[in-house]
Amino acid sequence: MTDRTPGFATLAVHAGAQPDPTTGARATPIYQTTSFVFDDVDHAASLFGLQTFGNIYTRIGNPTNAVLEERVAALEGGTAGLAVASGHAAQVLVFHVLMKPGDEFVAANKLYGGSINQFNHSFKNFGWNVVWADPDDIGTFERAITPKTKAIFIESIANPGGVITDIEAIANIARRAGVPLIVDNTLATPYLCKPIDHGADVVVHSLTKFLGGHGNSIGGMIVDCGTFNWSREGRYPMLSEPRPEYNGIVLHETFGNFAFAVACRVLSLRDIGPAFSPFNAFLVLTGIETLPLRMQRHCENTQAVAEWLAAHGKVAWVSYPGLPGDRYHNLAKKYAPNGAGAVFTFGLKGGYEAGVKLVSNVKLFSHLANIGDTRSLIIHPASTTHKQLSDAQKVQAGAGPDVVRLSIGIEDKADIIADLEQALEAA
Amino acid sequence: MNHDSYPDAYIRGILNTVKTIAMVGISPKDNRPSYFAFKYLLERGYNMIPVNPGQAGGEILGRKVHARLADISQPVDMVDVFRAPQYVPQVVAEALALSPRPQVIWMQLGVRNDAAAAVAEAAGLKVVMNRCPKIEYGRLSSEIGWFGVNSRTLTSKRAHLLGRGVQRMSLDRTTLTGGSTVDTAKTGADGS
Repeated sequence: MTDRTPGFATLAVHAGAQPDPTTGARATPIYQTTSFVFDDVDHAASLFGLQTFGNIYTRIGNPTNAVLEERVAALEGGTAGLAVASGHAAQVLVFHVLMKPGDEFVAANKLYGGSINQFNHSFKNFGWNVVWADPDDIGTFERAITPKTKAIFIESIANPGGVITDIEAIANIARRAGVPLIVDNTLATPYLCKPIDHGADVVVHSLTKFLGGHGNSIGGMIVDCGTFNWSREGRYPMLSEPRPEYNGIVLHETFGNFAFAVACRVLSLRDIGPAFSPFNAFLVLTGIETLPLRMQRHCENTQAVAEWLAAHGKVAWVSYPGLPGDRYHNLAKKYAPNGAGAVFTFGLKGGYEAGVKLVSNVKLFSHLANIGDTRSLIIHPASTTHKQLSDAQKVQAGAGPDVVRLSIGIEDKADIIADLEQALEAA
Repeated sequence: MNHDSYPDAYIRGILNTVKTIAMVGISPKDNRPSYFAFKYLLERGYNMIPVNPGQAGGEILGRKVHARLADISQPVDMVDVFRAPQYVPQVVAEALALSPRPQVIWMQLGVRNDAAAAVAEAAGLKVVMNRCPKIEYGRLSSEIGWFGVNSRTLTSKRAHLLGRGVQRMSLDRTTLTGGSTVDTAKTGADGS
């Protein structure tokens, strides 16, 4: 007998969850509690010493959150997950494990604007220095590597421009440099793209977007791919050296291929503190159960909207990798064959003013700064999410003055297109 | 047995069947992985026997340490090897000299010796290599899920408490990938 590997949709419904051991509750209960009683003093000592698995305090772990962690880890094909308060918090914790003051990491310059801000400003206060590289020119990653480089960070599908990153090419550079490749897989979700299959060592998510999918909860996730040898060169002492916080335990030696997730939990989450609410975990879990169905619909609608816009007289260009002829179309066929996502940008011939008018005139689209909702969303990045970037950075990040970003929902596509049609007429 | 990939039912059958486990190469230091695994398995109800010539005569977690397997005065069901791969043939030879013989040779995570495994299997023993019984117990009981670890098991069946406190689970249940635990334990089938 060989073990059956369940399919993606089955994992999306079941992974990590089981009937509650004490009540038989079938849906995952919301363990809305700060703390968990110990069986006895020795049990408490085992838990605090990481000698046994179990629950202590919800800042470090919670059974509802744990179901979500295992669910996303299973969907990504990783060894373990860690749910945290936001996607930004996930990035702080990942780099906290990897970096010391003065260290560097190489990041793609086509990223979510919030990540560009976080890396450029907040991280520099910790002495974590970002070096930017251009995913459209892979050689820039190679040239950005120095002896201080501790990681490479990219997005699989980059927000907001509909850029598909050549994950394998960058993974090869990371491997040669002996550093882990961190991939933000928020826009693709594991339904469209599994970075692990292309060489990622750590995957991060904003759960807020398509995984939760309903625009109701902020959250983040770290997935340990179990692929990186943290001890090989001793460059990651949080994992390869005895930890004074834990009686001299060496985390990599003790926890093997899920040591990175354990380090993020017991060193970074414990001490930095961006814990995830169990109630939000419940909402995101419920969302993930329908992830495959929603992503199919999101992508089908998005393809139709992108094609319609590409033929519209007031539209200068459409950047959606699902369109034949798009510069990322071939990469999309390789990395996201089931759909190029539901977030893309297009340019208005009328420039900045036309963009502002369009977002004012829509009636079904919501004008707001999120993506990955059941509802269709619209934003003019130059006047909102990317406003704090310089003009050069805006263009570099795919958020120039004429650019409008859409996140297409799961409504009827005819209604979505009709709303854009009337709003463009008025623009 | 394909030692690259074990069916869950094989591992579950072993962990559900053995009662007495001799851990060869256990460290007395409470921050070492062997100590962790020993303590965890002890807390799950296994009769754990430490074996380490350098610590013979002393105690680890209240259990008397033996210098070698031959010094153990009770039947051993499983030998868990926390030694480098080159020392495994010697441990297997000592295990096969026991009467009665153990049923299982288990080589710890990072330890693999295919030649020694073949000798043990030829003598009718089950062999597991490059796995940790603590991690496998945690995975198949789903305790490890509390750490956000991907247990690679799915089930619509309730897990059962071990009866030793609320945060300790038994292995006595079925999973989609792991076959029927109870049947495996009763029949001793290896699931292959």
